Amino acid sequence: MSLTPEDVGRIARLARIRVAGDEAAQYQNQLNGIFDLIAEMQAVDTTGVAPMAHARDVFQRLRADEVTETDRREAYQAVAPQTEAGLYLVPKVIE
Amino acid sequence: MPQHTIKQLADLLAGGKSSSVELCQDYLARIANLNPSLNAFITVDADKTLAEARTADALRASGQAGPLTGVPVAHKDIFCAEGWLTTCGSRMLSNFVSPYDAHVISRFKAAGMPCLGKTNMDEFAMGSSNETSFYGPVKNPWDTGRVPGGSSGGSAACVAAGLAPGATATDTGGSIRQPAALCGVTGLKPTYGVVSRYGMIAFASSLDQGGPMANTAEDCALLLNVMAGFDGRDSTSLERDSEDYTRDLAKPLAGLRIGLPKEFFGEGLGGETRQAVEAAIEQFKKLGATTVEVGLPNSGLSVAAYYVIAPAEASSNLSRFDGVRYGYRTPEYGDLTDMYEKTRAEGFGAEVKRRIMIGTYVLSHGYYDAYYIQAQRLRRLIANDFAEAYRQCDIILGPTSPTTAFKLGEKADDPVQMYLSDIYTIAVNLAGLPGMSLPCGYDGQGLPIGLQLIGDYFSEARMLNVAHQYQLATDWHTRTPSL
Repeated sequence: MSLTPEDVGRIARLARIRVAGDEAAQYQNQLNGIFDLIAEMQAVDTTGVAPMAHARDVFQRLRADEVTETDRREAYQAVAPQTEAGLYLVPKVIE
Repeated sequence: MPQHTIKQLADLLAGGKSSSVELCQDYLARIANLNPSLNAFITVDADKTLAEARTADALRASGQAGPLTGVPVAHKDIFCAEGWLTTCGSRMLSNFVSPYDAHVISRFKAAGMPCLGKTNMDEFAMGSSNETSFYGPVKNPWDTGRVPGGSSGGSAACVAAGLAPGATATDTGGSIRQPAALCGVTGLKPTYGVVSRYGMIAFASSLDQGGPMANTAEDCALLLNVMAGFDGRDSTSLERDSEDYTRDLAKPLAGLRIGLPKEFFGEGLGGETRQAVEAAIEQFKKLGATTVEVGLPNSGLSVAAYYVIAPAEASSNLSRFDGVRYGYRTPEYGDLTDMYEKTRAEGFGAEVKRRIMIGTYVLSHGYYDAYYIQAQRLRRLIANDFAEAYRQCDIILGPTSPTTAFKLGEKADDPVQMYLSDIYTIAVNLAGLPGMSLPCGYDGQGLPIGLQLIGDYFSEARMLNVAHQYQLATDWHTRTPSL
């Protein structure tokens, strides 16, 4: 397979990464090189093999439903780009 | 200052021959002297280090010292440490002073071990040369024109150069073992789930695992005693009884069955590395081990499977960097999407963006089964190969890296060549097994060669025993670069 410039643009939009016009060709070239490397796995017959999502067979651990965190809102918001009255500020999304 | 092992420093402190403050002052002076040329640290804060050293000395004075209290270590800048700048090698976190401690950091604090600084690394641990760091590449102490390996290049270089007696690191596809090999130090990636990932900035969560780097296997065992342990805040942390990883160090190796995977000794292996690994095998035979050829027939597919699975998980993990709650935000933007796209375009470097885009693609509609599920099926086959091999042997041995340290810039523009640096290490992460690297020789240019040991699940104490016995019989690990 080979990615087209349109594919690169679509992936970049999905990933929320702005790709400038002059960068697109370079990404296309490099991503295609990586997909050539990945392509060798397509030839393997894996019929009947269960996908392995995780290094170990894990199960979801449950804990008692009780408060475990203290209020550290101020400390956590101190590292945010923009806050006001305990809220994170972003550009307006609802008119 | 001659390089001391952690064991030696612990003995000095216990015998009252040195204080933690004195040790930290020595290391900080060496860092001030050598870090400008090596770039192994992103952040050094002498006041913080010395305050922690005074706390350690006070603990000792009051009779509350543990076995390593007062011994300083360096931490990879992937571990969040409260009050320390924690960048993960990225512009995205260039202003992030962590408001909390990673589990690993809190373990070192509880042990009374001061932090010498935060070590340089490939951006978000994505790289095999430390050249993707926003803070510039680390230089290999054995030849400053060469890379230290990656992604834990700063941790490996600072141990090799004697800027710290030990360091924390992380390994997703080889990021502890490959830089340990290229810098001539000893490093261990534990079984997945042994070390908590809480506060360890996530790259590929089903593969990421923290571990120690040091000058000796014995030191790695001492550091793993500090790092390992159950943590309820990491949903994949394993609930197991705590272990003393030094308990088997002194055991003789008679009867040890070493598996040699034929796939690790094929065409891609350089001549000098092959010779050094074969000499190590002879050494193990002298120590009473036997060898058996084993097969890992699917290991050749590990790089391909990894470059689907790791980017897929990375594209999900790194979606949190959106310029809203922490880190970098672009200075000028219009609407919300514009803010996200510019923030991420400016905050991430090229390799990180490539991997996010690969991951986004393989998870997107219409490609998920062909790429992501297929890679997970291969992961199962790769893990099954190891299970089969361990029916015949106790430990698997081979090279860590196909070559010694390469030149700065040599592979920087060719992602695929860079990825192949990890051809012998990646399968271990996919299977979740423990792996380690230790020095086993030097090439004609004086560059270190790494020997890789791969153990079965939870066999860290046995692996450390094997490595320690090798280090008692050889002196490769005692050599230091001239700086």
